[in-house]
Amino acid sequence: MKNKFNKYLVLMAGFAVSVSLYALKPGSEVVPDADNAGLKLPDGFGALKVAETGAKARHLVVTPQGDIYVKLARPNKEGKGILVLHEASNGKAELKSSFGTYGGTEVALKGGYLYASSNTEVFKYKVNDKNEVINPDQPEKIVTGLKAGRQHETKSFALDNDGNIYVNIGAWFNSCQEKDRGLHSPGIPGCPILDSMGGVWQFRTDKLNQSYGEGVRYATGLRNMVGMEWNQQDNQLFVMQHGRDNLNSSWPELYTTKQSAELPAECLYALKKGDNAGWPFMYYDQIQHKKIEAPEYGGDGKKEADAKYIDPAVAYPGHMAPNGLLFYTGNQFPTKYKNGAFIAFHGSWNRAPEPQAGYFVVFQPFKDGKPAGDWEVFADGFSGSPEKTAAGRADHRPCGLAQGADGSLYVTDDSKGTIYRIIYTKK
Amino acid sequence: MKKPILVIACLFCCAPLLAQIKTKAKPKPAARLAAVDGKGIYEKYCLTCHQGDGGGVPNMNPPLIKTSYVLGDKTRLIKVVLNGFSENVDIDGESYSNVMPSHDFLKDQEIAAVLTYVRKNFTNKAGPITTAQVKAVRATNKKKI
Ligand code: HEC
Repeated sequence: MKNKFNKYLVLMAGFAVSVSLYALKPGSEVVPDADNAGLKLPDGFGALKVAETGAKARHLVVTPQGDIYVKLARPNKEGKGILVLHEASNGKAELKSSFGTYGGTEVALKGGYLYASSNTEVFKYKVNDKNEVINPDQPEKIVTGLKAGRQHETKSFALDNDGNIYVNIGAWFNSCQEKDRGLHSPGIPGCPILDSMGGVWQFRTDKLNQSYGEGVRYATGLRNMVGMEWNQQDNQLFVMQHGRDNLNSSWPELYTTKQSAELPAECLYALKKGDNAGWPFMYYDQIQHKKIEAPEYGGDGKKEADAKYIDPAVAYPGHMAPNGLLFYTGNQFPTKYKNGAFIAFHGSWNRAPEPQAGYFVVFQPFKDGKPAGDWEVFADGFSGSPEKTAAGRADHRPCGLAQGADGSLYVTDDSKGTIYRIIYTKK
Repeated sequence: MKKPILVIACLFCCAPLLAQIKTKAKPKPAARLAAVDGKGIYEKYCLTCHQGDGGGVPNMNPPLIKTSYVLGDKTRLIKVVLNGFSENVDIDGESYSNVMPSHDFLKDQEIAAVLTYVRKNFTNKAGPITTAQVKAVRATNKKKI
């Protein structure tokens, strides 16, 4: 049905249809690409490729004026780490400008400022009434001197409504072993690096040059987070942790390759000040539905961890790498999506030799700010084929999520740099 | 605790094994040595990161396909396996964020076999790495530490 509908649209294409649709609903002159940009979507949805940036496009924000700020993992050939695209009325965007000399993941817009982070600092840029950055070369540095290792180095963040910013400081280890990812290598007693990483730090958005001394370790025992979002209904921080790897390669006697591919869960946590999610001392086993002691700290795959560690709000299958989290507050999609969460799973690598998984966007229903009901795959097909997914050789890898002013859902791909826009087309 | 014992045990057993192969004395140990198959070691210790096709993982684990490390200087290549690898270097123009742990617990002939396997697969067409080469690198490698 959906395909026929799209084909019909394409046949009738162009100006006449656009204009008549525009008359029906503002913003609806944006039509899906003939092939829905290669995505597999629920009935009634369509997708288009907004732009091909050719860069490692991480997170993004879309302004009501149709500008798209895209944060790049590394500065591009011109040495710029933030792209500004502008959308034409057909939804296709062109590069408008670029700025920022640093790579990273996060970018956000709130209260008259654009926020963006490098791997060690967080900046803010004042925007004008059209949400355009006024002084792209003179950001205000609000946070500085954060630790960054080779892995888990990016500083995702979320903003609340009281002038606080919550920054991920990922641990530079897999599981705090004496020899990182080494065979039979034990955990460092007490994992002392938790004093300055492996958690969420809270800073003020209105103060400059804050570092560890000025910030608060808001929550600890979190290995690394890329997707973080403030839930407006519950007025609470939600994060998607990247669970640990290498259960089999470090502890082959305790975990088969199959168990190691499934475990541990990728967890959605609802965080309150002072929470401890237990990394590296435990992980969450979504099959046993238990918090299990990590093998580096005496665990055997069965022994339960200290009950003081918080439980996840939702546990997803292992290694799928949740890189984007967004609460949908728009009115374009059917009501079941309202206030639910979209999660972009970047796709696994640590499931080998078992087939890889992920490379899709998931919808997690919520009710009154709490997860309610089973998650489902919302947008699939980024990888190009099931075989490419299984082999981990994906064409596109979903990473960042954003909501447009009209309620469209935007998705970045940090492999080829495609920006997708998913729209609801059913009347 | 186990590691030094393993290494010592290995040093003790390698030499006689090798001697036996050279002289083609007893068939039994020879058969055991032939069983050190590079593919098996690759699958057990390397595949998790470098993947079944040797293609690695973008931004995380480098490919083992025609890289300057795989095809280049053998000493450097052997040292990657012995010492592990987490340098902030670009590998053929890309950087990788994961950490490769030391694999010094593998025996000389196991390292030789796995590297020979890597150098002859994934479209690589380079010559073998011998047990003697690994042994020599391990010896000087130790002196350095
Ligand atoms: C835990 C993941 C992991 C495991 C297990 C692992 N490697 Fe690596 N390997 C890496 C990473 C990451 C690098 C690059 C490190 C850097 O850039 O500093 C690397 C680099 C290399 C390189 C040099 C760079 C290149 O791409 O040619 C070789 C050769 C290599 N590994 C071979 C092996 C072999 C053989 C094994 C098994 C005995 C193995 N690795 C096991 C992660 C791993």
